[in-house]
Amino acid sequence: MNAKKLCGVANAKLNAFVTWTALDRTNLSAGRTLAVNYFIVAVILFFAQLLFGMIAATQFIFPNFLYGWLDFSVNRMVHINAMIVWMLYGFIGCTYWLLEDESQTEIVGLKYGKLAFWVLTIAVAVVVLVYLFIQIGAGNDTSLWLINEGREYIEAPRWADIGIVAVVLTFFYNVVATFSKGKWSGIAGVLTLDLVALAGLYVAGMFYMTNITHEQFWWWWVIHLWVEATWEVLVGVIMAWSLMKLLGVRRKIVTTWLYIEVALMFGSGILGLGHHYFWIGTPEYWLTIGGFFSALEPIPLVAMVVHAMYDAGSHSFKNSNHPAVAWIIAQAFGNFFGAGVWGFMHTLPQINLYTHGTQWSASHGHLAFFGAYATINIAFFYLAIQHWRGDVWMSGGAQNAWRWKWALGLLNVGVVGMTIALLIAGYEQSFIERAVEGSTWSGYFSAQNHPSFQSAMVWRWCFGLMTFAGLILLIWDLLTIGKGETRKMAVVDAE
Amino acid sequence: MNENPLWASESFWKKVSVWVTAGSFLILVVLTLDSLSQTEVGGKRVQAYSVINKKIDYIYQADLHKFMPVIGETELLFGKEFTEEEAEKLVTLGKKTTQAKNCMNCHTLLGNGAYFAPDLTKAWLDKGWLSKELREDLMIKFLLDPENNARTFGSNRKMPNLHITPDEAKGVVAFLKWMSSIDTNGFPYNFKTIYATEE
Repeated sequence: MNAKKLCGVANAKLNAFVTWTALDRTNLSAGRTLAVNYFIVAVILFFAQLLFGMIAATQFIFPNFLYGWLDFSVNRMVHINAMIVWMLYGFIGCTYWLLEDESQTEIVGLKYGKLAFWVLTIAVAVVVLVYLFIQIGAGNDTSLWLINEGREYIEAPRWADIGIVAVVLTFFYNVVATFSKGKWSGIAGVLTLDLVALAGLYVAGMFYMTNITHEQFWWWWVIHLWVEATWEVLVGVIMAWSLMKLLGVRRKIVTTWLYIEVALMFGSGILGLGHHYFWIGTPEYWLTIGGFFSALEPIPLVAMVVHAMYDAGSHSFKNSNHPAVAWIIAQAFGNFFGAGVWGFMHTLPQINLYTHGTQWSASHGHLAFFGAYATINIAFFYLAIQHWRGDVWMSGGAQNAWRWKWALGLLNVGVVGMTIALLIAGYEQSFIERAVEGSTWSGYFSAQNHPSFQSAMVWRWCFGLMTFAGLILLIWDLLTIGKGETRKMAVVDAE
Repeated sequence: MNENPLWASESFWKKVSVWVTAGSFLILVVLTLDSLSQTEVGGKRVQAYSVINKKIDYIYQADLHKFMPVIGETELLFGKEFTEEEAEKLVTLGKKTTQAKNCMNCHTLLGNGAYFAPDLTKAWLDKGWLSKELREDLMIKFLLDPENNARTFGSNRKMPNLHITPDEAKGVVAFLKWMSSIDTNGFPYNFKTIYATEE
């Protein structure tokens, strides 16, 4: 009886909340309704990512915080998994968002797409609950199948892996069938081939191996070829489409740029995989190949900055959605600095010998994932909300514009601050633990106990809090922006 | 003047992107096949599991300018000589235990993982285990009851009790010993092993 009452209250609160947001789904096409479902879950997981990141950051300062209840390993796992999954949700949402517009037809197989969304979402919820409440298992296959595979970034148990592949195949069917029914384009072609690679690569990480060198070899096939190759190309596709829509850039220009970016991205990124093969037992030639090709990896990111800035500048920044364009500019720079510059700084083997497995990687990881992927997804959240409200005005002089500007500022300054704090910690660790003390356990703790490391962790926590505040403001803004706006969306002139 | 030269045309870059992607991927596949064959268990880079019966050290090779694993005479683990099959079974139990206990989200293995706890690549050789006579016992006790045998080095960071069974603990120690024999191209640099301290 009590449970029933509780459900009733929760349902009433939810209904009141939905009424308060005043968002009307009849403004969206069928494909875009599915896209916003993905965006909603993405934002919830983004919140979870930051919440568990804050708990883990607190444990660096107070190791006894939640000790034995929610240990660092659990928080860190939820932190990075929530990130990977929310970004994937975001990318799937972006693809559904542009699919009908790009193919100029209605989405094919919508009911399968909807089913896949619910299957994936329930699976993610179950995986997270198991992470939080069961946490670990015995050293056998049952644990790897049902609880946790214990492999950074792709910890999801094997049953979930199989579910993820099934969902991605359904998503892929939606995309290919819709383009086949409607119109193919350069953007559609690159997107389709990229999704084949993205789905296929995941399978490389679905096997148990006792030989840890082989295991990490294939593990990097998934992680690196996702985040430093196929995800980057996916962002290129999304960026290309959005520059046409937001600024009115000519299709021929964005498509040509997209091909150039694909050539540069895959030309450097595929063999750039070698920078993960320096120290895991693999042959020495990877030092040369990995060093050389990963040194080239920033080049396509420079190209993307030029592309976005040139197009925005040549249109005098006149556009139909100011927050979205601001986040796209943030993406161009964040991707270049986070993935490009911060990656390059420690990618050569002569440096990486000392920086591998230190806070350097955390510094690079924070700026790169945020700069390259969080930003573009946030830009799409703004695009989505504009149409969901019925194509309202979001250009200059919009109501409460301070909210999106402050959210943008807090999130970007927060992440950059964390990046610098972690970089200082990484430098200190490389010198004291690695170079001076030779990576022994006592060397590790000498570095961790050092005042400059400790204070860097406090600064990281403070900037983490700033990032968290930025996210809360962002969510508030996304829920309210354009509410009560009567002006229609600005029309951008096509070239 | 040609308005759209070849180097600026869409069709040219389309072809370039396809060829560059296909070419890079082909090279990666060839290198992958070579790397996998060079890193089979029992080869020069990744030792057979029965290496756990031997003394493993990690010594600077002046001619190569790097540290290399050195496999020495017999030095039994838990006082027992394992066949290759038995050793594989034990190391497999240890590896699965490290995955099921989520070690990688605090520690690094071969430098990969999280940075809340020390790297495990050469943990078997760490001088923190005091002497080679005490090492096995200290490692097992630590894994079984980390709270009471904490090795915090003044950091106040303690490994939680992961409910590891005695068999799993032996497996983890065997896995760590085997992993320490992998040729990691000189990573970590300047690492002084438990043997270097003793000598």
